[in-house]
Amino acid sequence: MRVRVTAVSALFLGVLIAILVGGAAQAGGVRAASGNPADLTEAAAPKCPREKIASKDDVIQIVGQLSDTRTDPCTPVSGVKISVEDAENGEVIGEATTGEDGTFVVPLPGAAIDNLGRTVTVKIDEGSLPKGSVLTDPSDVENTKRIVIEGNISFTFPIGPDPSPPTPVWQRVIQLLVTGLIFSSMLALGALGLSMIFGTTGLTNFAHGELVTFGALVAFAFDAGVGLPVLVAGVLAVVVSGAFGYAQDAALWRPLRRRGTGLIAMMIVTIGLSIFLRSLYQYFAGSDNHNYSQYATVEPFSVGPVDVTPKELLVTLLAVVVLVAVTQALQRTRMGKATRAVADNPALASASGINVERVISVVWIGGTALAGLSGFLLGMTQGFDFQLGFKILLLIFAAVILGGLGTIWGAIVGSVVVGVFIELSTLVIPSELKFAGALAVLIVVMLFRPQGMLGRAERVG
Amino acid sequence: MAADTPTAAEDMSTVARQGLVDVEHQPGAKKPDPIVVADKVVRKFGGLTAVDVEHLEIQRGVITALIGPNGAGKTTFFNVLTGFDRPDDGKWSFGGKDIQGLSAYQVARLGMVRTFQLTKVLSRLSVIENMLLGATGQSGESIWQAMLRPLWGQQERDNTERADALLKRFQLDAKREDFAGSLSGGQRKLLEVARSLMVEPELVMLDEPMAGVNPALKQSLLGHVKSLREDGMTVFFVEHDMDVVRDISDWVIVMAQGRIISEGPPEAVMSDQRVIDAYLGAHHDAALSVEDEDAILAAAREEIEAAEEQESHG
Amino acid sequence: MDIANQLTLALEQAFGPSAIIICLAAIGLNVHFGYTGLLNFGQAGFMAVAGYGVASIVSTWGFSFWLGLLVGLALTVVLALLLGIPTLRLRADYLAIVTIAAAEIIRFVVGASSLRGYFGGQDGLQQYTGSFFALNPYSSQMGGLGLSWSKADFWIMTVGWGLVVLFSLMIFLLMRSPWGRVLKGIREDEDAVRSLGKNVYAYKMQSLVIGGVIGGFAGFVSGLYQSVQPTNFATDITFFAYTVLLLGGAARVLGPLAGAVIFWFLISFLDNFFSAATSGDNPLIPTALMSHQQASLMRFVFLGVALMLLMIYRPQGIFGDRRELAIDGR
Repeated sequence: MRVRVTAVSALFLGVLIAILVGGAAQAGGVRAASGNPADLTEAAAPKCPREKIASKDDVIQIVGQLSDTRTDPCTPVSGVKISVEDAENGEVIGEATTGEDGTFVVPLPGAAIDNLGRTVTVKIDEGSLPKGSVLTDPSDVENTKRIVIEGNISFTFPIGPDPSPPTPVWQRVIQLLVTGLIFSSMLALGALGLSMIFGTTGLTNFAHGELVTFGALVAFAFDAGVGLPVLVAGVLAVVVSGAFGYAQDAALWRPLRRRGTGLIAMMIVTIGLSIFLRSLYQYFAGSDNHNYSQYATVEPFSVGPVDVTPKELLVTLLAVVVLVAVTQALQRTRMGKATRAVADNPALASASGINVERVISVVWIGGTALAGLSGFLLGMTQGFDFQLGFKILLLIFAAVILGGLGTIWGAIVGSVVVGVFIELSTLVIPSELKFAGALAVLIVVMLFRPQGMLGRAERVG
Repeated sequence: MAADTPTAAEDMSTVARQGLVDVEHQPGAKKPDPIVVADKVVRKFGGLTAVDVEHLEIQRGVITALIGPNGAGKTTFFNVLTGFDRPDDGKWSFGGKDIQGLSAYQVARLGMVRTFQLTKVLSRLSVIENMLLGATGQSGESIWQAMLRPLWGQQERDNTERADALLKRFQLDAKREDFAGSLSGGQRKLLEVARSLMVEPELVMLDEPMAGVNPALKQSLLGHVKSLREDGMTVFFVEHDMDVVRDISDWVIVMAQGRIISEGPPEAVMSDQRVIDAYLGAHHDAALSVEDEDAILAAAREEIEAAEEQESHG
Repeated sequence: MDIANQLTLALEQAFGPSAIIICLAAIGLNVHFGYTGLLNFGQAGFMAVAGYGVASIVSTWGFSFWLGLLVGLALTVVLALLLGIPTLRLRADYLAIVTIAAAEIIRFVVGASSLRGYFGGQDGLQQYTGSFFALNPYSSQMGGLGLSWSKADFWIMTVGWGLVVLFSLMIFLLMRSPWGRVLKGIREDEDAVRSLGKNVYAYKMQSLVIGGVIGGFAGFVSGLYQSVQPTNFATDITFFAYTVLLLGGAARVLGPLAGAVIFWFLISFLDNFFSAATSGDNPLIPTALMSHQQASLMRFVFLGVALMLLMIYRPQGIFGDRRELAIDGR
């Protein structure tokens, strides 16, 4: 038994590493992660690459960086005029233009000690910003700080798209609705996989996000590493994902079930697995954002008031077709019925002669393949990095719980609600808080209807 | 516990048992001194009506058994009465006080304490800790006093004394310091009953106390249940083992498909045609294969209930 | 490669402020998970509201640091109540998901550039700790036995380890009381405890508040050591605290302490080792296999594996009692 487990795990680790090395070779280089033990968490948070600006002895410099946050990682913005004024009397005490790396340096005249306690205002000449760009936060045009330490005083100015000309609200609503539905379709693939695995095994899988990323990475390895067409790479990614699901169940979860490991303990194991896989992804694929070699940039076309790209249409169509196929299979096929029977009641299913372990194995294959497809499609539409799945994990959970844990349609309905809500909420709240809004709704729903929208109230005690 | 000179409590229980002589052998029969009175208790799961009890009274000071085929709704009824489940409708009282809508812990504090079908000992607590947890009104259980031992030390010593006496009575004193999880199935049942006595209940509700207990321990457990009655407590228990029911119960209530179909002393109930029909089911003259199927389903249902208990536990 | 120096550096980390932060977070989780069986996956959120509470009171509103501490603590209590009211009646994994979601909401909000005026966006808030360091009795580097720390770090360590001792003593006293017995009972089987007349919901809430407040102190120390920034309160920190707790042994008073020291020692040593092994002209590990940047990821790889192995093979922790494991297969 143990020998087989080791063999299987060695096999899937081998496959994983081989694929990732292929991807990494193409990706070329790995961006630095912090080496200071104090910032254990840094690797998990997306950030604009910060240029290090050397400080000078005994001079206070006003430094800063302009970056375009529309891309991940941010791209520096050059050629923007900056002026520094004394906040008290409005006198201009220095000027600069951002360089190639988006940074600017304005040394304050006089010794450092003289400038301590002074308050300065940094102003941006908005006219010198590149066309189509504005400051993400318009109030950034003027930014005032009091100088309290010696050394560099740093300012950042995130830059985003120019929203003008203003579109009518109804048009924005429709556009957001469409964008939301596109995202929902991909979210639903991940949610359905999570829900199926939860339904049959009771496992709350915190590593499900990594299964999503897995699909995106494997497709990237076949695309950029091997040189296959992207769509072929995508198909292969789904197949490899399925194999990964099988191997994971056979090597890890099945033995744990046999040992009678509790669900809570298994949940913590999934957290370890999540950290482990995510670090491996970053190890081999780096921290950069990747795009597939084809379809990276596609011109959108307008359908009435809505802009969509052919790629988005294709992706959504594909996702919907797969969702319909899977739900139909669950409703109609022998295996699907067996799956639902196991989800309903493993003991009863087992007593009626269903091979529960085999069903669970198939569910792991299917669930991981769905997650992998979700990752591939997400990568197609918006590019991806090593934490693609980790970033949407909580949204997947939200979708599954909103719809009703373990119910098939619940996962899909929940995804649509979450996806559309996320986009529509940006009408009211800043778009950087849209994920937070969706999570808040999750908490509120749990308050009033813990079984989810489609779930049945369960028997207690 | 058979004493030569009857104590006051034993006297009372004899009186209580005599009170049952005149009670009608009908579902929902009125009792002379009921401790629990339930009316129109309904609990539905989806489309299935698990419990539909029109009227029920439980006589104070006697041992009443609740029997019925698998899936009759006995455990669900137990859960509803003790506040562990919410009914769709109904009202019931304990000692004259309406208690529907009360939480499980409030019901227990009133003196109506239950045990579980799948024994719920607290595995990683020692046997004596399990016992001490049962004591009510402990000032050391308040967060504001917990850190200061002098505030609760004396009470703890008193409770420990009482717990040790009970452990001795239930022959668990040798296991005092062991983790409860290391006890055998029968010992767990004993511990659970002993622990429920720490609450000083008026009514003890036992859900299948004999399930999974080996024959040797069964006799001693039976003795203990009887001794509860001698101590003046009321016992209401769910049981499948008919020998046990016949042996210790003063009154038997039969449930089938959520309803109470018969009541009476053990001998009367067991010869009741309605009870025989309920146990054998509508299929009792059909082909063997159907019975096989029933047996399989019953076994499966037990497994499910076990799994569900496990789930709510894990 | 200078192994002796690396060991020294690792030991400094093992007793330094970082270890204190994770230790306090884990003491809080020990109350939640170890004693009560509550799955709080949002300890980072408790740390964040406390850390940002004090930082914002000082930097944004201009009130005193000490008032800030009180506000921070009040906020952790409020957060515990907010999370507990809807979820403590529900299944265990619901609490896990709600707490992790809440922690992420908090991180998104304090990091939002539209709220930069209050919380400083991704840069966070700095320079609000003057009142704390004004009390620093140390005037130079401190240490001994070949280890040394800066005077600021040593002052944080003095207060921080003081807090660890204080809370450990408090947990010791609480958990040997009847109150602690109820919590442990709830961990084993809440229905059984309910059937004995205990208000399980109230006890769970008390546990959530106490553990959350201790987590809040972890947030304070984190803010003193490295300023408050959204990245310091990411979900990972919660999971590190779980690893620390499981390493030292859940439901043991000194589990988090032992776990934190060992955890930081191993993590820092691995970090230093792989960093040294991949740097220089002729690195010990060829660059083709592992670059200097990749080396910094090794600790996460080990961390993930360690968490899995611990949970599978030694859920009772490295100092744990086999007797406990023998009882139930969990």
